[in-house]
Amino acid sequence: MSAAAPDTAVRTASLTRILIYCALILFAFYYLLPLYVMLVNSVKPLDEIRQGDMLSLPQQFTLDPWFSAWSTAQIGVQPTGLKPYFLNSILMVVPAVAASTLLGALNGYVLTKWRFPGDNLVFTLMLLSCFIPFQIVLIPMAKVLGLLGIAGTTWGLSLVHAIYGIGFTTLFFRNYYEAFPTELVRAAMIDGASFFQIFRRILLPSSGPIIVVTVIWQFTNIWNDFLFGVSFADSYSLPMTVALNNLVSSSTGVKEYNVHFAGAILAALPTLIVYVVSGRYFVRGLMAGAVKG
Amino acid sequence: MAQAATAPSARNYLQELLPRLVLAPSFAAVLIFVYGFILFTGYLSFTDSKMLPSFGWVGLENYSKLWALPHWWRALGNLGIFGSLYIIICSVLGLGLAILLDQKIRAEGVLRPIYLYPMALSFIVTGTAWKWFLDPGIGLEHTMHQWGWESFSFTWIKDRNFAIYTVVIAAVWQSSGFVMAMFLAGLRGVDNEIIKAAQMDGASNLTIYRRIIIPMMRPVFLSAFVVLAHLAIKAYDLVVALTGGGPGQATELPATFMYSYTFTRNSMGIGAASATIMLIMIASVIVPYLYSELSTGRKS
Repeated sequence: MSAAAPDTAVRTASLTRILIYCALILFAFYYLLPLYVMLVNSVKPLDEIRQGDMLSLPQQFTLDPWFSAWSTAQIGVQPTGLKPYFLNSILMVVPAVAASTLLGALNGYVLTKWRFPGDNLVFTLMLLSCFIPFQIVLIPMAKVLGLLGIAGTTWGLSLVHAIYGIGFTTLFFRNYYEAFPTELVRAAMIDGASFFQIFRRILLPSSGPIIVVTVIWQFTNIWNDFLFGVSFADSYSLPMTVALNNLVSSSTGVKEYNVHFAGAILAALPTLIVYVVSGRYFVRGLMAGAVKG
Repeated sequence: MAQAATAPSARNYLQELLPRLVLAPSFAAVLIFVYGFILFTGYLSFTDSKMLPSFGWVGLENYSKLWALPHWWRALGNLGIFGSLYIIICSVLGLGLAILLDQKIRAEGVLRPIYLYPMALSFIVTGTAWKWFLDPGIGLEHTMHQWGWESFSFTWIKDRNFAIYTVVIAAVWQSSGFVMAMFLAGLRGVDNEIIKAAQMDGASNLTIYRRIIIPMMRPVFLSAFVVLAHLAIKAYDLVVALTGGGPGQATELPATFMYSYTFTRNSMGIGAASATIMLIMIASVIVPYLYSELSTGRKS
């Protein structure tokens, strides 16, 4: 994340500055603490966690909890580890992100460059759909997935996520294309370029940033979803978040904290990597999704 | 001749229609899967649905049952406590951090991503982390005992009266960095000339912030309120991962209530009624906000 030039005009004395730095660093510790605790304890043997304190570095370093979380830990009734569910999540996320992003781009293009009577109403209805509590659609969705014969499948989940992502992706692209010069589109129309030619040759080449923002936003939201996963997946098609919750909250046997921590980090890893690699776009997506109407 | 004249016009017509045809599937999906489903759930809330949807009309019976349930009142009460503390603490912390970060801090590029990264995590991960951190037997309390502070006690997560505050702690941890980013963007938009003029008049930093800058942050406060209120009403995963709604029903929220009545207690009618009320709550926050946003956007 490149820092925008701090350009406040407020001046502060040096003692105050030291206090400000102290406070800021203190808060950095607060935000890092849970991640640190998970990391350190995921490489300790279980005995050491019980006897030692959660902040100390491991005396005996082991990667066993990680291997266990990945491939042998008990999830529900099967000792499969989180691996198959990690795969499920990927199979769920990729088509859903691709479909909703493509549709959002086309919708944004139509809603800004091919305006028609009633387009504002269409957009408003799509925009409002971003904010509904998903509890309101759970019951009919379960029924429809059953009717379509894709209940309890990864494809079904993917479809659900694609549908409920369209509102946000349309919002992103519409706001972005709104600022795109309509004269260019008009000129191309006069030259006889078709609807799709204009989209492919003129808008798409300059859509890089908004595509990145949208893909990151969709990826993060869908990967992190729990409600749809727990409602619509069967025990073979569970996404990663639900599998993690099953691992952590299973009440049989000894609670293997180190395995839980390793599993939690595995579940967080893809979105964390996306965040570290492209944090600037991540924040931009958050802001666009939150502030812009 | 006649054919040659109609062919291009048919093509033109298609060309004219094409954009709407492209938009149609998405719009149809939203109409059916959002608005149609809302109507369906709304309808179910007036029926005798138990384990499966059923269409025997019972009028307002589910609603009167719902409002007579102590469980539902507890969920609403918890939402009141959780929602208000979550919104207030996130806003205060977010504004505070943003103001501190806005003092030409050299390490801003390092600190900002650290404050924000929890937003990239799943609530399930956050819940898992805080669950063990707050667990007396292994987390903070255990660690303090190890360090020799034997009398230290922090058992909120196991305590009926305090468990809901642990949900606040974890949720604030996750979202406050994001609110900070919103305020920081707002602060960076403040015109420096105003501040310089106030300084020339001899105003202290504290006065400048209290009287000039913070009042100018009003739109950001409003946006933060809407985002956070909306997240609070939807809050589900965090509670499931952190406390599972317990101990007892101490951390039940409307979202967990809806899920358990619909899918595990076989009272789909009541579940649908509670979902409808959640929708009304969110709509009463979002719709006025979007309405004012869209109408001011049109004016400017």
